[in-house]
Amino acid sequence: MPKDLSLKKALILGSGPIIIGQAAEFDYSGTQACNSMREENIEVVLVNSNPATIMTDSHIADKVYIEPLTLESVSNIIRRERPDGLLAGFGGQTALNLAMDLYAKGVLDEYGVKLLGVTHEAIVRAEDREAFKALMEDIREPVAPSIIAESVGECVAFAETHAYPLIIRPAYTLGGTGGGIAHDEAELVDICSQGLAASPIKQILLEKSLLGYKEIEYEVMRDSNDNCMIVCNMENIDPVGVHTGDSIVVAPSQTLTDRQYQMLRDAAFKIIRSLKICGGCNIQYALSPDSDEYMVIEVNPRVSRSSALASKATGYPIAKVASKIAIGYRLDELKNSITQNSSAFFEPSLDYVVVKIPKLPFDKFPTAEKSLGTQMKATGEVMSIGRTFEEAFLKALRSLEGKTLSMRAYSFDDLSLDEIWEKAKIQSDQRIFYIGALLRRGVSFDEIFTVTKIDRWFLQGFKNIVDMERALLESDGENRKRLVKSAYKMGYPIAEIERLCGAPADVGGIKPVYKMLDSCAGEFDAKTSYYYSCFDEEDESVPDGGEKILVLGSGPIRIGQGIEFDYCCVHGVWAIKEAGYKSIIINNNPETVSTDFNTADKLYLEPLYIEDVMRIIEKEKPAGVVVQLGGQTAINLAKDLAARGVKILGTSFDSIDMAEDRERFLKVLSEIDIQAPRGFAVTGRDALDEAVEKLGYPVLVRPSYVIGGRAMEIIYDKRYLEKYLETKGEYLENGGLLVDKYIQGKEIEVDALCDGENILIPGIMEHIERTGVHSGDSISVYPAVNLKAEIIETLVDYTKRIGRRIGIKGVFNIQYVYDGDIVRVIEVNPRASRTVPILSKLTGVPMVSIAAKLMLGGRVEDMGFGTGLYRKSQLYGVKIPVFSNEKLKNVDTFLGPEMKSTGEVLGVDKNLDMAIYKSFAAAGLKIVKSGNIYISLSDNNKEEGLEIAKEYIRRGFRIYSSGRTKDYFRNNRVAAWGISNEHLLEFIAAGRINIVINTPTRGDDVNTYGFTMRQKAAQYRVPVYTCLDTARCLLKAIDVKISGVEPDYLPISGGKKEDK
Amino acid sequence: MKAFLYLEDGSCLCGESFGASGETIGELVFNTCMTGYQEVLTDPSYAGQIVCMTYPLIGNYGIDPGVNESRKACLKAFIIKEAAPLHSNFTSRGGLEDFLKEQGVIALKNIDTRKLTRKIREIAGFKGIVSNRELLPEELDRRFEEYRLEKNLVELVSTAKIERIPGEGAHIAVIDYGSKRNIIRNLQARGCRLTVFPFSAAASEILEAGPDGIMLSNGPGDPADVPGAAGTVRILAEKKPLFGICLGHQILSLAFGAKTYKLKYGHHGGNHAIKDIQTGRCYITSQNHEYAVDPSSLAGTGLEVTMINLNDNTVEGIRHRKYPAFSVQFHPEACPGPRDANSLFDDFLETCSIRN
Repeated sequence: MPKDLSLKKALILGSGPIIIGQAAEFDYSGTQACNSMREENIEVVLVNSNPATIMTDSHIADKVYIEPLTLESVSNIIRRERPDGLLAGFGGQTALNLAMDLYAKGVLDEYGVKLLGVTHEAIVRAEDREAFKALMEDIREPVAPSIIAESVGECVAFAETHAYPLIIRPAYTLGGTGGGIAHDEAELVDICSQGLAASPIKQILLEKSLLGYKEIEYEVMRDSNDNCMIVCNMENIDPVGVHTGDSIVVAPSQTLTDRQYQMLRDAAFKIIRSLKICGGCNIQYALSPDSDEYMVIEVNPRVSRSSALASKATGYPIAKVASKIAIGYRLDELKNSITQNSSAFFEPSLDYVVVKIPKLPFDKFPTAEKSLGTQMKATGEVMSIGRTFEEAFLKALRSLEGKTLSMRAYSFDDLSLDEIWEKAKIQSDQRIFYIGALLRRGVSFDEIFTVTKIDRWFLQGFKNIVDMERALLESDGENRKRLVKSAYKMGYPIAEIERLCGAPADVGGIKPVYKMLDSCAGEFDAKTSYYYSCFDEEDESVPDGGEKILVLGSGPIRIGQGIEFDYCCVHGVWAIKEAGYKSIIINNNPETVSTDFNTADKLYLEPLYIEDVMRIIEKEKPAGVVVQLGGQTAINLAKDLAARGVKILGTSFDSIDMAEDRERFLKVLSEIDIQAPRGFAVTGRDALDEAVEKLGYPVLVRPSYVIGGRAMEIIYDKRYLEKYLETKGEYLENGGLLVDKYIQGKEIEVDALCDGENILIPGIMEHIERTGVHSGDSISVYPAVNLKAEIIETLVDYTKRIGRRIGIKGVFNIQYVYDGDIVRVIEVNPRASRTVPILSKLTGVPMVSIAAKLMLGGRVEDMGFGTGLYRKSQLYGVKIPVFSNEKLKNVDTFLGPEMKSTGEVLGVDKNLDMAIYKSFAAAGLKIVKSGNIYISLSDNNKEEGLEIAKEYIRRGFRIYSSGRTKDYFRNNRVAAWGISNEHLLEFIAAGRINIVINTPTRGDDVNTYGFTMRQKAAQYRVPVYTCLDTARCLLKAIDVKISGVEPDYLPISGGKKEDK
Repeated sequence: MKAFLYLEDGSCLCGESFGASGETIGELVFNTCMTGYQEVLTDPSYAGQIVCMTYPLIGNYGIDPGVNESRKACLKAFIIKEAAPLHSNFTSRGGLEDFLKEQGVIALKNIDTRKLTRKIREIAGFKGIVSNRELLPEELDRRFEEYRLEKNLVELVSTAKIERIPGEGAHIAVIDYGSKRNIIRNLQARGCRLTVFPFSAAASEILEAGPDGIMLSNGPGDPADVPGAAGTVRILAEKKPLFGICLGHQILSLAFGAKTYKLKYGHHGGNHAIKDIQTGRCYITSQNHEYAVDPSSLAGTGLEVTMINLNDNTVEGIRHRKYPAFSVQFHPEACPGPRDANSLFDDFLETCSIRN
């Protein structure tokens, strides 16, 4: 059946902000779906609240709505646009849930919008646990014994007949939110009540644990003619029990026989056929290590993180093909986009091994509970490819940008065997290194298997890596020379070999070769330029003639370095192509658009580690390397690249260093007569005390050279300082600390383009929260509304002076603080920033494209946007951070200098208050017209908090309070209801508190009541505002809600909003 | 021990000897299955060939005697990238290397199998010599020059005497051109009583056994090299329902006067898509063949094309317009590979029951 010709206009829903469980993979899949629809001349209307995406670019869809993904807004957009069909399978769980809502509320029927690719019934049958179980029983596919429970009582009853441990999975939640494994009744009761609260339909699945079974995934596709195929299967190294998003995964499966492979493949076909999905779907199985017994764990009736991984692992564009099928094409009618002449109906054959390792945020959250379970905690992932398991695994390890370049965590060397065992028993992101330590000490596979259930085949792979370490350590003379080469060919980086040998290592001119990833194991001639390195004989990557430019990507998504940098890299690649150069990209994040092999002229899926990058540079000899678009990952490589004589395009390494080295930077500022908060870089306790003495409290303390404000805190007195040093003292000796005077004021963010002489500032954003809250966690508003013209002038002047003096060529970002008196510079980032995509979209200034031209020698005045501050747009944009608090246990939600948010949304409107309203709605923060607020304030916030409380009361809210805050309110004649600590927790759990306003004296202390209370609120999804500025801002959104005025939802491009 | 794969184009790949040692010459093929190395090793259709696995890690799940596709590995040599140092699966009864030794299969590891695959893809009928000696160019030239593809491959792998397998259902005569065990297993699983005949059995001998249907098995080499096969099948096709797989399919086409030809580098893998022309349904199939039926030679033979390959449009299935005879180029019995077209066995048995 060819495509459905009645379809003229399709609505595509994005996945909204990056949160744990929904990252860049849906920008990749959504962008593919948009492109694929437009190829068919179908008009595409896209809705996504996340501005840092490629899919919300004006040229990806015909009409782009940067609007909340809520029932209200999307219903409104459907009414306005009248699409014929809705593609809901490309925006993750968010889009799927929203489609279900639109269906249930009759919106789709009312406007005749057809769900494409997946029916409402299929979604229900795959997502509703009971319906799913019934369906599996119908088609005789085994599932684990389980019950669907709507109360804790039912769960306890089930536990009486089924042995612990039991797994709890809430229905319709992201990344398994609210789920867990219970080993006894107390845990069961606790997790079940949380799970029930987390599920939007108040339903959880309680099932027999399949802990220790192999976890196997299949990516399966089906078309309307019932043709089915597998794109890829994957095996989790971590067996069942750890969420697949948090597991180390290999593709294809390694320990399954052909019979087992086919058994699960057949089951996958049965399942997708029974669901009648037209498109792609992901099926997870638990397979016994001791028999052919298996159980179906779950089915995702949409493209997913795993399908993005499978697409990158095989070269098969699942999202693109799935979207074509959704509009009626059959698989056999489509072409394989890699070979371009064979059929899209074929199963990729891999002639390499793929390893995926999740990136977990525990470096940012030292207090977080680090054990992994059924609830996903990873923010991102890295992928690597090799011809052997060891090679791929070692590459993946160094792609993580952690402290380890191999399986050896040197800090474990001094641990006793008992200590190592203790840690190895816990599922965590460090476990792999503890297993390495066990193998290093000669512990047998059987012993490790008994505890971890990691298949012996993988343990052997790890052992090969560890054995090489030992061999190197013990070697000398000729033997060492030989071993150095073997280690290098195994996949060890030279730096690690040298560290192990304690001497320079000579690999004797051995160079890796690059193989093409072609989806067909070399069977057909392929037309794609997607490469990975290995130490085989034949090199298939032939450097193109002509001038080439290499763009360094941003690696895995983590807090502080999100999807925005992938946006920048992709735009950089496009601009480079436009300028007539060949573009090359190196990146290792399988979720992204940048690792789509159609993005750059050549893609190297490799670690962003200096040795790997240099090998590619030596091979390709690019005219220059772009480091300013790939976030801190790419910028951090600048020093080593410069030292090796590589030409860095645009802002030079010396200039980068001028901005990043605190002392040089302060000197530069004083030369051009610009103030910064006074500060010192200190090493050692005496120097620290002296600095604090000179500056006076409060001070801002942080380690040198970190991203996302890691370990940064405002210190109000000596007591806090001691507390800080207790946990972060290591930095004082290693690398040193930066101590600045903390200046309270308005924080202003300026993103600018500079050619070394002139600048262009597309726009200035101001933060809602005062200084002290990390810029990534603050609400920021475009344009700056509270700054007088002369301050704006000062900002423009300062930005120009700084850009010129430092020698910026390209894009940069400056954060200023204005305390009502003086404008000071907080920091300069000589690279693209989080706000680049936002400003590009709001102002229409294509920032990255211009930056690329400037890097290539262009001049600001020739770019067609003038110089200085660009004219204001008619639109207000309010960026608001989104946290993944409910995913992580023991992480404080209070806002401070250390970034905690995982993503962001943008509210856009011609009216500022409406933009604020939209941004809160888009962030999923429920805006209520009335209700109960619990307020607890630190002493220095009480006066200000009182005024805010009055505002809420005036709007009909009831205030609950306790302790000193309550007394203070009552003394000031504000009606505050008293509530005990215990009651408060109950109220939160029962949904009787709508908002919490809590300004803690000091966060991150797990032992305080405040911490417990904030945790509870996060778990039950009650918004907690820890900064008074945010609480004040919320009032504007509430006022919009109270006014009853329905917002206008307008496209930012392709419609009226374009008249800027 | 160092070992070499000398190629017809004058190049040489150096690897490590693995399995049995020795020297051999043969035509090179690559197989793209990611699982199923043991099935590949024991598939009689590989007789006379040197097989290169494109998947780089081989031996991971060990060896399970229960999945052998024949009594003995028939291929000339086995070329892989990396041999698993440890095998892990509950079905495993031993390691790959021991199995290769026991079966006498010469094998090479640590070869850039992708490089080799790309070469095989480029040159039709590409040949190689596996040896653990250094051979001089003159000697190599001479040996390549002298080498002729074996013509008696089927004879080497077919059963020597009639084999009878009891069953309650239909009686099927299997002509064994080098049958994979899984064809037998599939018929057995459907309750068939089987009589397995050597490839050289006369039509009269087969008909005398009174079968309800006849199965033409897979097998190695060029269908034109199987003496008398086409004539025998021609007689049988007029009398009994008949189902051919792979070489059996090619022989059926020859029986009615169609022609076969050699593909550039054949199809060997578990991911080949075929399309049933009548229903439009597509299947992923397991394939292993060097020869194909020439569709232009079908005119006037009474045969018609029923299925085609989606990648290169080669013939994947034929049937006779008048007689209940049909055949497929791929392997519905799978092993290794997908079982999507497994219901063809049911179709065959249904034809048998209608006819009788």
